[in-house]
Amino acid sequence: METVPRPGRGVPPKKDKLQAKRKKPRRYWEEETAPAVAGASPGPPRKKKKKKNLEVRRQKQKNSHNSKKSRISKKSQFRKKSREQKKPGPQRTLSGAQDPFPGPAPVPLEVARKFRRIDKSKELPHSLPKTRSKLEVAEALEEEISVKAARSELLLAEEPGFLEGEDGEDTAKIRQADIVEAVDIASAAKHFDLNLRQFGPYRLNYSRTGRHLAFGGRRGHVAAFDWVTKKLMCEINVMEAVRDIRFLHSEALLAVAQNRWLHIYDNQGIELHCIRRCDRVTRLEFLPFHFLLATASETGFLTYLDVSVGKIVAALNIRAGRLNVMAQNPYNAVIHLGHSNGTVSLWSPSVQEPLAKILCHRGGIQAVAVDCTGTYMATSGLDHQLKVFDLRGTFQPLSARTLPQGAGHLAFSQRGLLAAGMGDVVNIWAGQGKASLPSLEQPYLTHRLAGPVHGLQFCPFEDVLGVGHSGGITSMLVPGASEPNFDGLESNPYRSRKQRQEWEVKALLEKVPAELICLNPRALAEVDVISLEQHKKERVERLGYDPEAKAPFQPKAKQKGRSSTGSLVKRKKKVLAQEHRDKVRQSLEEQQKQKQKQKAKPTGARPSALDRFGGL
Amino acid sequence: MKVKMLSRNPDNYVRETKLDLQRVPRNYDPTLHPFEVSREYVRALNATKLERVFAKPFLASLDGHRDGVNCLAKHPKSLATVLSGACDGEVRIWNLTKRKCIRTIQAHEGFVRGICTRFCGTSFFTVGDDKTVKQWKMDAPGYGEEEEPLHTILGKTVYTGIDHHWKDPAFATCGQQVDIWDEQRTNPICSMTWGFDSINSVKFNPIETFLLGSCASDRNIVLYDMRQATPLKKVILDMRTNTICWNPMEAFIFTAANEDYNLYTFDMRALDTPVMVHMDHVSAVLDVDYCPTGKEFVSASFDKSIRIFPVDRSRSREVYHTKRMQHVICVRWTADSKYIMCGSDEMNIRLWKANASEKLGVLASRERAAQDYNQKLKEKFQHHPNIKRIARHRHLPKSIYSQIQEQRIMREARRRKELNRRKHSKPGSVPVVSERKKHVVAVVK
Repeated sequence: METVPRPGRGVPPKKDKLQAKRKKPRRYWEEETAPAVAGASPGPPRKKKKKKNLEVRRQKQKNSHNSKKSRISKKSQFRKKSREQKKPGPQRTLSGAQDPFPGPAPVPLEVARKFRRIDKSKELPHSLPKTRSKLEVAEALEEEISVKAARSELLLAEEPGFLEGEDGEDTAKIRQADIVEAVDIASAAKHFDLNLRQFGPYRLNYSRTGRHLAFGGRRGHVAAFDWVTKKLMCEINVMEAVRDIRFLHSEALLAVAQNRWLHIYDNQGIELHCIRRCDRVTRLEFLPFHFLLATASETGFLTYLDVSVGKIVAALNIRAGRLNVMAQNPYNAVIHLGHSNGTVSLWSPSVQEPLAKILCHRGGIQAVAVDCTGTYMATSGLDHQLKVFDLRGTFQPLSARTLPQGAGHLAFSQRGLLAAGMGDVVNIWAGQGKASLPSLEQPYLTHRLAGPVHGLQFCPFEDVLGVGHSGGITSMLVPGASEPNFDGLESNPYRSRKQRQEWEVKALLEKVPAELICLNPRALAEVDVISLEQHKKERVERLGYDPEAKAPFQPKAKQKGRSSTGSLVKRKKKVLAQEHRDKVRQSLEEQQKQKQKQKAKPTGARPSALDRFGGL
Repeated sequence: MKVKMLSRNPDNYVRETKLDLQRVPRNYDPTLHPFEVSREYVRALNATKLERVFAKPFLASLDGHRDGVNCLAKHPKSLATVLSGACDGEVRIWNLTKRKCIRTIQAHEGFVRGICTRFCGTSFFTVGDDKTVKQWKMDAPGYGEEEEPLHTILGKTVYTGIDHHWKDPAFATCGQQVDIWDEQRTNPICSMTWGFDSINSVKFNPIETFLLGSCASDRNIVLYDMRQATPLKKVILDMRTNTICWNPMEAFIFTAANEDYNLYTFDMRALDTPVMVHMDHVSAVLDVDYCPTGKEFVSASFDKSIRIFPVDRSRSREVYHTKRMQHVICVRWTADSKYIMCGSDEMNIRLWKANASEKLGVLASRERAAQDYNQKLKEKFQHHPNIKRIARHRHLPKSIYSQIQEQRIMREARRRKELNRRKHSKPGSVPVVSERKKHVVAVVK
């Protein structure tokens, strides 16, 4: 143990730390752990000390890790270590000051992966060298951009919230009142109840910035207010049943699905439009980037209304009876509809048939929700099951759980928390980190309300869950529910009127056409191999020959009598034979690969009696 | 119980006073920016449309000549100065910023066939139909002085073109033969011939300054080295080449403007196949000039239009025409690579923007950033059919449009005939000849 070189030898590290705390402010070049030495000069450390100091620091860190019962996850520890390994040692400048963090900031791999856009597992189509090099350059650029974006994560100001029990304490047992008591005043003010027993049950909707809340009661009560400052924008009674309510692209416009028709109000409660082509609407969804209002009706139609020009883009006959379960996938703007036969169908306005149909439950579907990365879909059915499906191509259930009574309403938060309303109880499940699969084993939070739940939504950019029920509106505190750092140009809760106007113009200019809605929103940026091949085939047909074909081998003329016809033919044959051999070898290799694949397959699944009907 | 709620201090997100800028925190997390590709696509579409809206390339017309403009020359030192020679023997010097003629010289009797400036910019040379080579001072004569050439060389034959060496006090003229002159002497240092036809133009290589190329009426392009007395090599094409221009960035590349409506970019090390055949004009190409960046060149044609070609593309990226512009005889790309000048039959010199939708003048930094961003987007989505259609749409005068249709039909018929012949003859007896090889008759060394 030659680690502690100072008079502090033998002093336990804790005391050492206290000393350091009491000490006057340090210079930046002074080592963190160097204890105060009598007569130590305030200048930069001399060279011979350097190495020892470094060692001390490392040792110290280890100690602190061991001693502290740290909340720092394994990941961050690993990150620190890797940074230390990468560093080539502090460099000295002319003044003698040394940069404690030389070089660019290290970027953890998993963060960079989040920003990566190109799927490297996909093989690029065979292309000419020029095109290939262009593609490679583009790929390298994307890589660099993803690293830069990951590096900029350092600048994010806010940390997400969390809720942790003491040892063995179940967080689900913690009541809202306890949370309200424990948090600061500003956060405590976010918990409130609106007692509106007269016009109940309520549906509610937060605006995209999370600043405004609109709610509509079954008996015609419609109101919108800034829920942070509790300033009322409008309150009206439409004298008709209200089935659903939704903000349009900004908080100035409100769509209300009333008993007969769809109405649009502004933020003062003035009716702007009555859309009679959308009648008996049960559910509303607004696709903010396409400016489309999707309405599902009792008559079994899914209608897309373009709110920027007021035209109906598509009216799809679903042929599945009354529609009253709808959700949008925020990742690709596909509408998910739940049906009474236990299927969920996926719709896009440009296709008359469903993009996919998933059989989810034995009974009818009660609620559907999709998380914001478009990876998971949660469904609940009349069979009292709650299931989470994978939406990345396979549509397989990832986890399932039977609830004592089925969940009537589901909602995902920005950080992947799943809330379910069952009768008058709201359960919330959480996963491991951001955008991970919520584990349905143990609820994260539960809360009992004054009446049965009728609407659920997590507030964007606030740790709040809004619940509409027959007794009014409840705003629950759910620590760690939402994204702490918003993007000012996308949806800014603190934006001024001018900023909102500017944003509105920009958003309208880049309105995505409805035809671009499909399962993979990145399809537009991928190489269209099919039409490329088709184009090539057509070209060959038109020209009568393949302009990109390799010319047949032509032996070079040689001198000194070695260019006789016989030798030319011989050389030609040699090359031909070689090419043939290569081809055979390649095809053999491919065959072997396929065989291996087939062999590898049956190990996972048990052989089934159905296998004999063809190897699918 | 440990709990932390998300609680933001509004002071960190709202500006303090009205004089401050608004605070805009950014988070580049992809889940906060959904539909990235489709939104970028829409932006690219908008940018492409705007580009077409703002494409107003015509800047000015310089009128004053009393006959067709036959030749143009750039000033090597001053961007604003341009020299032009007309078919009535008049030479004019123009100031582009004022868009005015600043000096007029009656230089020759008959055509001014060629004009070139000295590399230092103090004087310029003209050749004319009157068998003379004249050197003039760039500055106007003082008060009371007469407008007189510095030197006059009386030749025996008509000179059809002139070009000055890029570094040395030497120049080359062409006519019956290529003559290389020292500025101080009245006799050529050497004269070179290969064949007996008249030579249309001669051009010095700007990088390998001893090299020069010429093109003659007997369909060939001849390359010379000034240091030796005989020509280097020549390539014979299908039809006559009107002029050539060397790439200012790549010493061995030059482009030839041909009478068969095409331009050919050659690598002088391998003359048997041109690097690229540029085809879009519908009549003989009369002049060609490179952009100083060496990435693009502009060509003037008898079909009353000028076109801009990227060096590595066979199709033009831009075509300029006006109702009043007649056969364009000469064209030059200015030294700042931003403008194009062309002189045409109907006595005008026209000034165009090289990039049709470019905004002139000083740009604010935000404006510049927006422009760069849009440019990148256009590049990224350029192959999408909708964007491509908008970007390449050009209005053409009826004469050119119908010519293009006609020529397309003719080309198609020729291709079909060849295909049929190949189909019905012995395999291999009608070989496939690529477009690039088709037009080269022979290379002679």
